[in-house]
Amino acid sequence: MNYHWNWQIFFEPNPTGSGTYLDMLLSGLALTIKTALTAWIIALVFGSVVGVLRTLPSKVAGWIGFCYVEFFRNMPLLVQLFLWFFVLPELLPRAAGLWLKQMPNAPFWTASIGVGLFMSARVAVQLAAGIASLPRGQKQAATALGLTTAQTYRYVLLPMAYRIILPPLTSEFLNTVKNTAVAITIGLIELTGQARAMQEFSFQVFEAFTAATIMYLLVNIVVVTGMRFLERKVAIPGYIAGK
Amino acid sequence: MIELRHVNKWYGPTFQVLKDCTTSVAKGEVVVVCGPSGSGKSTLIKCVNALEPIQGGEIILDGIKVNDPKTDLPKLRARVGMVFQHFELFPHLRIVDNLCLAQEKVLGRKHDEAVAKGMKLLDRVGLKEHAKKYPAELSGGQQQRVAIARALAMDPVAMLFDEPTSALDPEMISEVLDVMVDLAREGMTMMVVTHEMGFASKVAHRVIFMDQGEIVEDALKADFFGKPRSDRAQKFLSKILQH
Repeated sequence: MNYHWNWQIFFEPNPTGSGTYLDMLLSGLALTIKTALTAWIIALVFGSVVGVLRTLPSKVAGWIGFCYVEFFRNMPLLVQLFLWFFVLPELLPRAAGLWLKQMPNAPFWTASIGVGLFMSARVAVQLAAGIASLPRGQKQAATALGLTTAQTYRYVLLPMAYRIILPPLTSEFLNTVKNTAVAITIGLIELTGQARAMQEFSFQVFEAFTAATIMYLLVNIVVVTGMRFLERKVAIPGYIAGK
Repeated sequence: MIELRHVNKWYGPTFQVLKDCTTSVAKGEVVVVCGPSGSGKSTLIKCVNALEPIQGGEIILDGIKVNDPKTDLPKLRARVGMVFQHFELFPHLRIVDNLCLAQEKVLGRKHDEAVAKGMKLLDRVGLKEHAKKYPAELSGGQQQRVAIARALAMDPVAMLFDEPTSALDPEMISEVLDVMVDLAREGMTMMVVTHEMGFASKVAHRVIFMDQGEIVEDALKADFFGKPRSDRAQKFLSKILQH
């Protein structure tokens, strides 16, 4: 193979005229982080609501939760992004579709919401499992004290359920970061997008993707460390999770 | 104070757990409910504050019909204390916060007021110095005493006990029973599901014996222990008093 390694490439100016190739990758990294955080917030909010719905005694609530989860987890993420980005504007009334297409940052919002909803189905399933793992008596005790269903969830069930599912939630957070790479297909120039651009401009494909790999790794090490820290911070003295 | 009239309850379409149960507990009365496992005694007591719904008959608690859709159940439940077999303290809250939660969220008491009340009750059950600990740091007997204090913090008009000592090691049973005996002697209205016949003979006014979802015997304590009318009660008594 006739490949010219050139690790200096990162410090050479990139053809867009805005700094070096490293700057290019870093701006992609910033966009990846921004997209991942937005998506994660959406995943947590929607996942929590749907996760709770799935544990309520109401049949209607359970059914809504079931449909939501199966809709979002049974379709490839790529297909979902295409649906939101290409198909949805065509299905809406003309004016709304046009507005959607011309929205500034459309790829960013589509990616954040698309990845967020996709991940929310997984958060929902885990939260529901966390709630179901609590002793039945916890809910009864809270109810017997006169707490309403909403208060029972807010003050008794959810604080414990979230603690129990923190380790798998860490995995979902990592998946959210990694899944943002799919957004390259709808034109979001995040880290993977910038790595590909760098490869096209400089032909240094291995350097570009090595750097991208390291950056993804670093981001996820920060996530893992942060979540570990959180786990330790909310640990309950004397309590063994899952017991 | 508590009235049950022709209470019927089914699990599923065919299995009847409660068959035409009628009884009452007067103000200041202590009634012990006993019977073999699966006889429906826990279910019966859980129907009193509507933790379990009933399909027939009616239950009246302090003048309010429990199984009326118009009844504000959380408000009604807040006025009856309930103690569970497995304590059901909230593991993520310190002992004192376990006592304050419902006082603040249900009764709307100020935090200082709730803490003062909670500390007074912890002192009463001999656990004042454990107020800052978490439930998992206490023994079973201590946890159950906290659970009783938590129920008393709501100033209940009656107390329901669902096998409060069945999950405890033998040496911890008496510390819990002592608290209950004191409570009974102070004139608290109590309905107690228990196998502790010593407790029954010490403080109960009446004993209800259940078998297969029916109230087989509902008698004054002296009559029940002296000469139970039914065969089933006689057999039950001879078995549990053997040792």
